[in-house]
Amino acid sequence: MSQDWIVACEFASLAANDVARFDMAEATYAVIKTKDGRCSVIDGLCTHGKAHLAEGFVDDTTIECPKHNGRFNALTGEPVASPVRVATTVYETRVNDGKIEFRKP
Amino acid sequence: MLDYTVGGPEAEVARNAGLVDADWYKPKVDRELMKQFMQRSNGLAALHVASWFAALAITGYLAHRSWGTWWAVPAFLVYGVLYGSMSDSRWHETGHRTAFRTKWMNDFVYYIASFMVFREPETWRWSHARHHSDTIIVGRDAEIAFKRKVPFYKYLLELLSFGAFPAELKQWIQNAFGVMTSNQKDFQPPETFHISRWASRVYLTILVATVVFSWQIRSFEPMMFVGLPSIYGHWFVVVLGSTQHAGLAENTIDHRLNTRTVYMGPLNRWIYWNMNYHIEHHIYPSVPFHQLKKLHLAVKDQLPAPYPSTISALREVVYALRRQAKDENFYIKRQLPQHAA
Repeated sequence: MSQDWIVACEFASLAANDVARFDMAEATYAVIKTKDGRCSVIDGLCTHGKAHLAEGFVDDTTIECPKHNGRFNALTGEPVASPVRVATTVYETRVNDGKIEFRKP
Repeated sequence: MLDYTVGGPEAEVARNAGLVDADWYKPKVDRELMKQFMQRSNGLAALHVASWFAALAITGYLAHRSWGTWWAVPAFLVYGVLYGSMSDSRWHETGHRTAFRTKWMNDFVYYIASFMVFREPETWRWSHARHHSDTIIVGRDAEIAFKRKVPFYKYLLELLSFGAFPAELKQWIQNAFGVMTSNQKDFQPPETFHISRWASRVYLTILVATVVFSWQIRSFEPMMFVGLPSIYGHWFVVVLGSTQHAGLAENTIDHRLNTRTVYMGPLNRWIYWNMNYHIEHHIYPSVPFHQLKKLHLAVKDQLPAPYPSTISALREVVYALRRQAKDENFYIKRQLPQHAA
């Protein structure tokens, strides 16, 4: 059963092609807005090395880890450039009442 | 003497000391500014790569025309540096995939530059990722080029790749036959071994074809253009590259203490693709070469004073390496700014 929706941030506070960090209960998330305004919430730490993806570089639908330049598809979580080999978790995300919300399975 | 073997006894010491994949110092930079710094440009990178290939073509033409005369010496000297040294910075930046905005363009140049600088591309990609995780952490970092308790003359021999070239050639041959080295097994995922196998086979085929062609025409001129420049043209990147980490602290998690930023002139920065801003590169590897100077200006108050010239940095490197040849506890202690210590 899905949990309640969690508000990550205001939609307007995040520019297109950008990412913000959201921490909650010892977990960290990366909240991403793609170039065309689609939003995605993924696990905040890179699956390859210990780095916060929220400090990385968003280009269209790709997010790049700031430490080793590995890349994920921001919408599917699939790795698209080494050294990333393992996909990251993408949470169900929506924009509701001007806010980016996500929920865990 | 410390055991620098990757995965050796010092790796466990580093892990127990919390030095493995640790949280490194980062200066404060405004996020909006950082987003600007991280922008890549296909056009700018293509222009730079084109200028490099143009310089290779011109000096190569002059070298060919002067073959058999003394003019060939300076011509091949320049061609060799463009081939065997300048390829290092192109290899490095496209390895990070930050030169071009488009991934395949980075990869295309990366495979060419890897051959020229004589590095098997896939192994070095993973080796370099480790170098960024655990910079100059003994037992973890496979790219500690300047170790302690090593006689200084050995580093002089390395100007002509006396140690690195045979070791790399041996690995290519091993990889071509499907044998992986202990280093590869330590930091390279097994599912990427096939890339190393095939890259080694392709690179060795090019080398063998060049040797066969030289033998057929009874002249070693072709080898002076392909293969040998990785040896005789390598010296300049050893000189510039020695300023990166040599003689500084080991086993620290602050790049300001184990890495140098050196002010260099425009010619060196073109050859080196701004890797003289090396502290900045290590802390923020997502920033492409053409933005490193701007990043440096944004963070320099939080870093140790940069070295004013290549010569000033080299003086320190030579002094430190000569001291470390006898005293493995010696290293250069960098002075951190008081407000950002």
